[in-house]
Amino acid sequence: MFEQTGVATREMVMEKFPPIERINKGPVAVVECYQKIPCNPCQTACPFGAIQIGEDINEIPRRDEAVCTGCGVCVAKCPGLSIMIVDGSKSPDTVEFRIPYEFLPLPAAGERVVGLDRAGEPICAATVKKVMNPPAFDRTPVITLEVERKYLYEFRNFRREAEARG
Amino acid sequence: MRELELLIIGSGPAGLCAAISAAASGARVLILERSFAPGGQLIKQTHMFFGSERQYASHRGVDIAGILLKKLEEYGDRVELMCNATAVGFYEDNVVTVLKDEKEYFKIKAKSVICATGAYEKSLAFPNNDLPGIYGAGAVQTLMNVYGVKPGDRVLMVGAGNIGVIVSYQLLQAGVEVAAVLDAAPKIGAYLVHASKLARMGAPILCSHTVKEAIGTDCLEAAVVCRVDERFQPVPGTEQRFDVDVMCISVGLSPLNELLAMRGVEMKYVPQLSGSVPLRTENCETCIPGIYVAGDASGIEEASSAMAEGYLAGLCAAAALGHVPEDYEARRQEYLRQLEGLRSGPVGERIRAGMKLSAL
Repeated sequence: MFEQTGVATREMVMEKFPPIERINKGPVAVVECYQKIPCNPCQTACPFGAIQIGEDINEIPRRDEAVCTGCGVCVAKCPGLSIMIVDGSKSPDTVEFRIPYEFLPLPAAGERVVGLDRAGEPICAATVKKVMNPPAFDRTPVITLEVERKYLYEFRNFRREAEARG
Repeated sequence: MRELELLIIGSGPAGLCAAISAAASGARVLILERSFAPGGQLIKQTHMFFGSERQYASHRGVDIAGILLKKLEEYGDRVELMCNATAVGFYEDNVVTVLKDEKEYFKIKAKSVICATGAYEKSLAFPNNDLPGIYGAGAVQTLMNVYGVKPGDRVLMVGAGNIGVIVSYQLLQAGVEVAAVLDAAPKIGAYLVHASKLARMGAPILCSHTVKEAIGTDCLEAAVVCRVDERFQPVPGTEQRFDVDVMCISVGLSPLNELLAMRGVEMKYVPQLSGSVPLRTENCETCIPGIYVAGDASGIEEASSAMAEGYLAGLCAAAALGHVPEDYEARRQEYLRQLEGLRSGPVGERIRAGMKLSAL
């Protein structure tokens, strides 16, 4: 199905998530890269060596959740925008996501937006906590959003309410 | 008639890298570019490239053009870049005829030539495919990203290869609604990370689908699409209508290398490389000594491979002209290793097969 739609199945997604205990400890990268393609900037970008591809540039990246600090440097570096940071340490009811978002106008901190799943379907409300767009991110802004915990494995994108109304 | 050492035809990723490599070795280079600005297709690529650091991965194509042109400046007057200059003929005595600014016509005779002429977009036959509003995906990318023109309000993309999927994403960024992305193949051809980017924006990708006809009087108003079976035959009763004012055709590229055929280089039709390609050595040299090919002109691949091939062809062409750098063999091996790495995975399988069939 993934090869026909580009929408990863729940099983595929779950495999890329670290155990919930790790997510609850603090931020960690989820690398949704499922296909062997010649690409390795995530490995090059990680200052901690937490993402490994190895000699063969076609290998699928492996993220070591014990080494990953959730710093997020890889998020704006992945040409496929396949990486996000999840953090379950802030509250028992919500999780925080940091996702790449290359659309204008950017949302503002505090804004309520519509949370979308991997097929672009609206699933929940989300709150924008922070918008990062420094020169080092090279025009791939990274947005921090707070989402109800039960959407941990479904949430992947958002759209602004103004657009939803429009 | 102007005589020179090395002529490079095309200033896309392959041509620019070939020029950098050859000039670094000490060769004097003239680059011909038919467009008004150098960079080939790089100048409209607003997305980040794949590959490794060596092929500027994570940089946007448009910025890679800038990086390569800046590198070229280091070699000062050893390199000349001529824009609005189209190579229109390539003759037995290595004379290349050039049309400059669409009015001046002159001849160049080069000791060595690297053909880095790129590719052209394939088309698709269906009723009313000549209605205004139906474009090649590359044309729409040029309109949007080079000229800043929004092509319409709602688009149907035909083709889910990398170009179709990337241009669809860029259309969304420009505020154009993507009604659907179709592909006749049973699977998405693009890198799946690109497809996922599009899917989570809500743009549906429909595999095993094709365009049946376009509808409109003065311009495109709608398109009828249908499912196809495993033999790519339309399945009756599966028609769907999409009201769209833009349709993009993105059904693949073919190598653009008629100049080499005209020169008498031995060519071969290799489906894995998407068309007729010159036979060549591992150093990118054709059956005629001193005539090289690099990038999509030698077979359709990614820009990352085009750059590595360009560096290799430039190094080898310069060396054959007597400009042999001390680290020649080490650099040659490095470029060959890069190419092997880029082609070694499952998505490189076709290319590897094509390389075997086109090897001299």
